[in-house]
Amino acid sequence: MTRGPTWFNITSLVAGFAFLYLPIVLLVIYSFNESRLVTVWGGFSTKWYASLLQNDQLVDAAWVTLRVAFTSATLATVIGTMAALVLVRSGRFAGRSLFSGMIFAPLVMPEVILGLSLLLLFVAMDTARGFWTVMLAHTTFASCYVAVVVQSRLVGFDKSIEEAAEDLGCPPARTFFLITLPIILPGVIAGWMLAFTLSLDDLVIASFTTGPGATTLPMKIYSQVRLGVTPEINAVCTILVAFVTVGVIAASIVTKRQQAQRERDERAAFGAEG
Amino acid sequence: MPWEDPDQAPFIEFRNVTKKFGDFTAVKNLSLKIYKREFFALLGGSGCGKTTLMRMLAGFETPTSGQIFLDGQDLAGIPPFKRPSNMMFQSYALFPHMSVEKNIAFGLKQDKMAAADIEARVAEMLRLTKLEQFAKRKPHQLSGGQRQRVALARSLAKQPKVLLLDEPLGALDRKLREETQFELMAIQEDLKVTFLIVTHDQEEAMTVADRIAVMDKGELVQVATPAEIYESPNSKFVADFIGDVNLIEAKVTEKSDAGTRLTAAHDGFLIDSDQVTEAAVGDTVWFAIRPEKIRVTHGQSGPDAVNRIGGSVWDIAYLGGVSIIHSKTAAENVFRATFANISRIVEDPITWDDQVVFTFDRSAGVILAG
Amino acid sequence: MDEEHIPAPARRTLGGWLLIGVPYLWLLIFFLAPFLIVFKISLSQVAIAIPPYTPTFDLGEGWQAIWDGVTEFSVENYLWLTEDALYWKSYLSSVIIAGISTLLTLLIGYPIAYGMARSPQSLRPTLLMLVILPFWTSFLIRVYAWIGILKNEGLLNQLLLSLGLISEPLTILNTNIAVYIGIVYSYLPFLVLPLYASLERLDGSLLEAAEDLGCPPWKAFWKITVPLSLPGVIAGCFLVFIPAVGEFVIPDLLGGSDTLMIGKTLWSEFFNNRDWPVSSAVAVILLLILVIPIVLFQNQQQKMSENN
Repeated sequence: MTRGPTWFNITSLVAGFAFLYLPIVLLVIYSFNESRLVTVWGGFSTKWYASLLQNDQLVDAAWVTLRVAFTSATLATVIGTMAALVLVRSGRFAGRSLFSGMIFAPLVMPEVILGLSLLLLFVAMDTARGFWTVMLAHTTFASCYVAVVVQSRLVGFDKSIEEAAEDLGCPPARTFFLITLPIILPGVIAGWMLAFTLSLDDLVIASFTTGPGATTLPMKIYSQVRLGVTPEINAVCTILVAFVTVGVIAASIVTKRQQAQRERDERAAFGAEG
Repeated sequence: MPWEDPDQAPFIEFRNVTKKFGDFTAVKNLSLKIYKREFFALLGGSGCGKTTLMRMLAGFETPTSGQIFLDGQDLAGIPPFKRPSNMMFQSYALFPHMSVEKNIAFGLKQDKMAAADIEARVAEMLRLTKLEQFAKRKPHQLSGGQRQRVALARSLAKQPKVLLLDEPLGALDRKLREETQFELMAIQEDLKVTFLIVTHDQEEAMTVADRIAVMDKGELVQVATPAEIYESPNSKFVADFIGDVNLIEAKVTEKSDAGTRLTAAHDGFLIDSDQVTEAAVGDTVWFAIRPEKIRVTHGQSGPDAVNRIGGSVWDIAYLGGVSIIHSKTAAENVFRATFANISRIVEDPITWDDQVVFTFDRSAGVILAG
Repeated sequence: MDEEHIPAPARRTLGGWLLIGVPYLWLLIFFLAPFLIVFKISLSQVAIAIPPYTPTFDLGEGWQAIWDGVTEFSVENYLWLTEDALYWKSYLSSVIIAGISTLLTLLIGYPIAYGMARSPQSLRPTLLMLVILPFWTSFLIRVYAWIGILKNEGLLNQLLLSLGLISEPLTILNTNIAVYIGIVYSYLPFLVLPLYASLERLDGSLLEAAEDLGCPPWKAFWKITVPLSLPGVIAGCFLVFIPAVGEFVIPDLLGGSDTLMIGKTLWSEFFNNRDWPVSSAVAVILLLILVIPIVLFQNQQQKMSENN
């Protein structure tokens, strides 16, 4: 569309973004509330952040969550990237429809079903539940998200670049690492970040598949939230929100810079030519 | 011809129209009169303001200053959907979710025309554009040429006072484009509607239009019939833009009521022209001469010869019907002449490195201001 | 691309097979096999044991034992689902709540996506980022944020009371309204993104052509913009509706005790009643309900990628 925005467009954008952001902003503001009553402003304070550090259970849960998120995101990135390559590059093979179905279905599947089915699998396999089972569960659904993200990057990829590498004598596997991977890397990194935050975020699947000693942060938050709103929870949430926001914004600034640099370089190159 | 008659009222008139986009001036204080039933072409390179001019007439852009009249009515403040003109878009802009019939009927439905009348009109349009058997198809099931005809039928269905065509044939391949040009002309004759076409293709403009306006940097450079524009360009820009031309920098050495005498700046040969120029003796001007107005013969020529350019053959492009001979003078300037291949076998063909002479008549070229 | 028309490569190397094999096997083991197990357990009986159902299979006991186990299967759990009104009411109310929420999300999301598509080109990446950003922040946190706003002494009631618009605090938290708000809020980006993509792709000259043919802008919106954005609308609605049907966190935290949603029912059946067979049966039926929209969604996605 080319036409400029009308007042109606501007109003709906402002209202829409206010709706999206106001709750989070309020949550952040009230994490600095002196008063224990979450909804009454009692002055500025950072005491709830200090009290967080005393809370060993929360710190332990945070540590478990980070470990799960890091491991599962990394594994999911490997599997998801392979799956994306299969979807875009492997051509036809027996069971392709089933394969793509299994990639896309978890994206919309209710989490209770995923959680329950994975738990029952681990029970049937007689696996001790805990860190590893949560990690495997997260890897499974996160790899589908990675596959979708990397796939969108691969679709816009000029296949003749790979063919040129092979034509010049590079075997397929090496072509992947030398040519394909560097080009799709932004997509792979975005996939990893998505997998990481999905794991960081997940309550339902972790609740089903966890075992003793592997309580994740969302589970901890959930059990406290059920008892009511507290400033400590606001503080934990604020830290998580800040963590993710900084990560996402930093990533987007880096990509934007690279893109701008690239455009400058291209302009300079064409300028020199003409 | 209506444009030669000072009493004739223009059908479309742009009066001192300027259009700015921020700092950029797309159209500069432009005035233009177009007459009823003309097939009028706006011709120019990309960014010359021709499309902006047309879009102002259609109502998609508002002039920064100036007025536009259509059939005596000032168009200011009239939104596009109330203007009596219709446009054929460059991209065709066919509604992808509607069949051919529905696309053609769309404008008629907006006028709340009776269903039976719409049906009759759509059928007529389908017949006119030879699309009868495609009526039920969706745009993506049509070839480029068929889509183009749907766009034409859709914009003609409302019997607009003016049909605006924005690069209508740009997406078609050469052969189809030529056919379609003649179809367009036939339809225009038939319906007696005023056509305004925007194009960057000078051949297309010359083929279809009664008159052409050549535009550059938001201004009109020349408005004339195709023959006038080709044979009597009013500027170096037009001469260079339309067709192939040799442009020779020269100095006016003599002038009289019978003609002008020029000396080529770099090669020193003399040019005798029957044209009376406004330039003074000693001024630098350009002499423009089309390659097909030059004869090529074997031979040599001195530096002070009149209407003779000596040189050696530097390149020959054989195009079938004609060959283009590039000849390089002693001062290393290259001139082009076309050579009609009248015979299949030539006894003494002109070939590479031959010494040749280009000769031309007093009336063959045009003197243009520097 | 149409699945039928994808050619198989002339030769597939060992690496090529490995590339397919690893993710395929992973998904078979961790995605497909679990469903078969869920199905199997849904046919079992609850037992006071570890694991809490019978029969259990041990491949070491040989085929006879497995066959004996199979004969113990029964559809009793499914019959139970039809007997107790709780279950069918939960299913029905889940679908209704998800449907209403999807509609609300569409009503709120369309103007946002439309505004984004009409904003200046230079601004669009930022707006897009602003829509995506909440998606990266924890779902749980976003739902939790609404508790402080919606509860009786919460921020919304404080605001409305101080403005004099109401004299008594409104009860919103622990009602279905809070669930609608929670779903709309959480799933809004899922609807806006595909919708924005289809609106942004819309060729502006189509609207100009409509206007040129005598159609005023508001009418051109209904005749051109809306039909052409339909694929985006459908994709967005599926992305909201399907997960919303099985939603657990939102009805649990924002809904009341009378808010019935199947995700919540399944959760309490599993964690509170420890009735694994019945919760498996609940999951199987939920899956059957969702299979139709999921398949429709995938077909539509495929059609969209073919058209591009």
